[in-house]
Amino acid sequence: MQDDDDVKEKGSGLSRRRFLKVSGISLSVPLVMGHRVINVAGAEVKVYGPTKVPIQLMINGKASTVNVEPRVTLLEALRNELDITGAKRVCDRATCGACTMIVDGRPVYSCSVLAIEAQGKQITTVESLMQGDKLHPLQQAFIDNDGQQCGFCTPGFVVAAKAFLDKNPNPTPEQIQKGLGGNLCRCGTYMGVRAAVAQTAKGGRRNG
Amino acid sequence: MAEYKWPDADKRNFIGKRISRIDGPQKVSGRAKYSFDINRPGMLFGKIVRCPHAHAKVKSIDTSAAESMPGVKAIHVMQEAGKELMWAGASVVALAAVDEPTAEDAARAIKVEYEVLPHLVIDTDPKVAGDYTRQTNETKLGDPDKAFSEAEVTTDGTYGLAMITHCCLEPHGSVMEWEGDNVLAHLSTQAVSGSVAQIARPLEIPATNVRVQQDHIGGGFGSKFGPDEWDITAARLSKKAGGKPVKMFNERDAELMVAGARPSDYARVKIGLKKDGTITAWECQSWGSGGVGGGGAPPMPYIFNIPNQRKQHTNIINHVGSQRAWRAPNHPQACAITMTALEDAAAAVNMDPLDFFMKNIEMTGQRAQIYSDELKIAADLIGWKNSWHARGDKTAGPIKRGLGLSIHTWGGLGHPSDCDLTIQPDGSVELKMGTQDLGTGTRTALNIIVADTLGIPMNAVKITIGDSRYPSSGGSGGSTTIGGISASSRRASLDALDQIFAKAAPALGAAPEDLEAAGGTIRVKANPSKSMIWAQACSKLGASPLTVRGKNPGPGKLTDQGVGGAQMADVSVDIETGIVKINKIVAVQDCGLVIDVKTAESQVYGALIMGVCYALYEEKIMDAKTGRMLNPNMEFYKLAGIGDIGELVVHMMTGKGYDERGVIGLGEPPVVSPGAVISNAVANAIGVRVPTLPLTPDRVLAALDHKGGK
Repeated sequence: MQDDDDVKEKGSGLSRRRFLKVSGISLSVPLVMGHRVINVAGAEVKVYGPTKVPIQLMINGKASTVNVEPRVTLLEALRNELDITGAKRVCDRATCGACTMIVDGRPVYSCSVLAIEAQGKQITTVESLMQGDKLHPLQQAFIDNDGQQCGFCTPGFVVAAKAFLDKNPNPTPEQIQKGLGGNLCRCGTYMGVRAAVAQTAKGGRRNG
Repeated sequence: MAEYKWPDADKRNFIGKRISRIDGPQKVSGRAKYSFDINRPGMLFGKIVRCPHAHAKVKSIDTSAAESMPGVKAIHVMQEAGKELMWAGASVVALAAVDEPTAEDAARAIKVEYEVLPHLVIDTDPKVAGDYTRQTNETKLGDPDKAFSEAEVTTDGTYGLAMITHCCLEPHGSVMEWEGDNVLAHLSTQAVSGSVAQIARPLEIPATNVRVQQDHIGGGFGSKFGPDEWDITAARLSKKAGGKPVKMFNERDAELMVAGARPSDYARVKIGLKKDGTITAWECQSWGSGGVGGGGAPPMPYIFNIPNQRKQHTNIINHVGSQRAWRAPNHPQACAITMTALEDAAAAVNMDPLDFFMKNIEMTGQRAQIYSDELKIAADLIGWKNSWHARGDKTAGPIKRGLGLSIHTWGGLGHPSDCDLTIQPDGSVELKMGTQDLGTGTRTALNIIVADTLGIPMNAVKITIGDSRYPSSGGSGGSTTIGGISASSRRASLDALDQIFAKAAPALGAAPEDLEAAGGTIRVKANPSKSMIWAQACSKLGASPLTVRGKNPGPGKLTDQGVGGAQMADVSVDIETGIVKINKIVAVQDCGLVIDVKTAESQVYGALIMGVCYALYEEKIMDAKTGRMLNPNMEFYKLAGIGDIGELVVHMMTGKGYDERGVIGLGEPPVVSPGAVISNAVANAIGVRVPTLPLTPDRVLAALDHKGGK
């Protein structure tokens, strides 16, 4: 086996998922380094990769650079390159919400956003909510109402709930159920999640 | 010598209260590290090449292209040429590479040729299954022929539940790492202590050279007991790559195809009864499949010990990834079939099923009184008396509403469990145990018990679990954990306290047996003003800490088995679209002494929600032609969302009559009844039985069509 790091051209045969990742390459991103320009049907197009390129990400207010292929998702870049593992990879195709991050104020499924597309944007992950040992009121509410069991979906729910409450500070129970319909839990913690979001909206803290 | 029992209700500080889970801050902040989150220096990423055919023979494997790819560090052929593969998704070749994209490309570059063989993946008809069936002998109880000939009313129906998967959100897998002659396994497992030997054996190393570590697990539900072949393979790849750690976790499609399933079960049921509702006879011919591993053996009739019975079961062994234990193995199937058939029988004699169950409740045996009490409470909570109507909601419009009920049981005796409780001379306390917290609140329960027993605050106790280097504790399955860990930690705490009493007694001028631990002090029971603070008492240990081994089983009655539960559901069905909506589900459950009411209720809520999933949405859909799973993803393998569960009400049976029994497991029982209660509520709403779960719109509409055509 050859020794690595300078990985060359990859094999062909695009899967649906690879197509998703490859198609994202054509998006023009101003901060990207290391692109080349090719002429396609008379127009100049920036091309990144397919080898690794440096990508700069602004995560929780801090700039980090990762060196990844353009097909790498935002989720994978954070988990595998930066050891930021609060967001989870579960369905890996924008169904379950376990990977939810807030990008420029909007909740996104980070499994379905390319890292290269997230350059120049403000990325907020679950790790930013707890300051030192001080929990965000929403996190405290998840604990008070036991909105978690195994906890694997919990970071995604917390981030989705944060984004939801930022936009809907006084939601009705129906709005909570609709607003958090993009996240799935297998242990069955929805009762606690509903109560946690309602408690946070009220700004109160329930005993025990 | 300590008396090994639980404290009386008025002496409990934390036991039986509503306590928030102690690892909550870790989980809500993303700081909790699951095995899937482990990143190690120099770590490689593993991938597996899987067989796309349901039944095939490997003709040839060519790994040369992958071997020459930069970044590929190790390849391991798991199935040599000539090997017969029995399900789509079976592992063939594994590899490890420097990053995930490279590993994906390398997996794609491996060429495997197959000879495709005939397959069977359908399980709904044993006649079609032919040679793939194993029939069990017919069993008889009483005189079924006579009972059916004398029956005043006989009902006959077909019922069933499709195969479902576990769909753990954290997929099965591990980070495996060789360090010299040792293997460090960050495994996603329900059995930290029990996995060591299972890793050592195939690797042919002493079990003493294996260490399993796991802080948190993202779901198991019965499917994650030992290491899987891909975990062992990850260790082999790590060795080949000079000891670099290898991260190997299933992708979502593999997770749903190969990492476990709950067997299907179907049955044709005949019930004989008197016009007054007395059940006299049961006959069932059942069949089902658990894939290549064969199916289950649901205990039917469930709970009701009908005096005359004839039963026969056929196992279909087909080309689907093997079954694994799924929360309360066999019970949801037995319950859904029995309780729906009984509800049809009640309808046949024009009886309210609640009256019907009550009339026959003595047939449930020793827990008849508990079921009876629970059914009454459930009926009050759901408003059964006011809302129940005879089968078929007669109100105008397309939305029909109905109620359904069911009862269930489970064992839940505590498993063998050891722990070490260490008290330092400065008063700090640590409990170490080779158990795991599945999200059930194991850590929290241990913390509650130790702090309550020692009379100190919860945050004065450190709970350290999830490592095979700690005393061995059983796997978390079958609702055995809470009984096991509660009993051993209580015994350790009581024994340690005895020794602290002995050390403190002279200074307090009292006999050790006259002392008690309360409010952070050791004090004289008869004269609480004579006391010393906990740390001062512990300082009497001198320079060395005190370590006490707690065990289960052991002396005293701290755990028991055998619980009952009753559930009721209120649903609405749109007869134009076939969509079922849950309005409310009520669960009434006993489980002996509850250690933490908050996390116990969460278990029951969770079980109800999981029940809504298998009653209405989830199904492992196999394609008869290609033999592949059609929905190995989370958009078409459907789980309930936060808006799909209606209102859930949980009532725990606690206090006198329950607490004295000691601690009994709770994970399985409440997941048993939801299929039955929802199916019964739908039948009550629309006036016809939808025979097979999940009750998808197409099945509801088909049942309505069938009724119209009758």
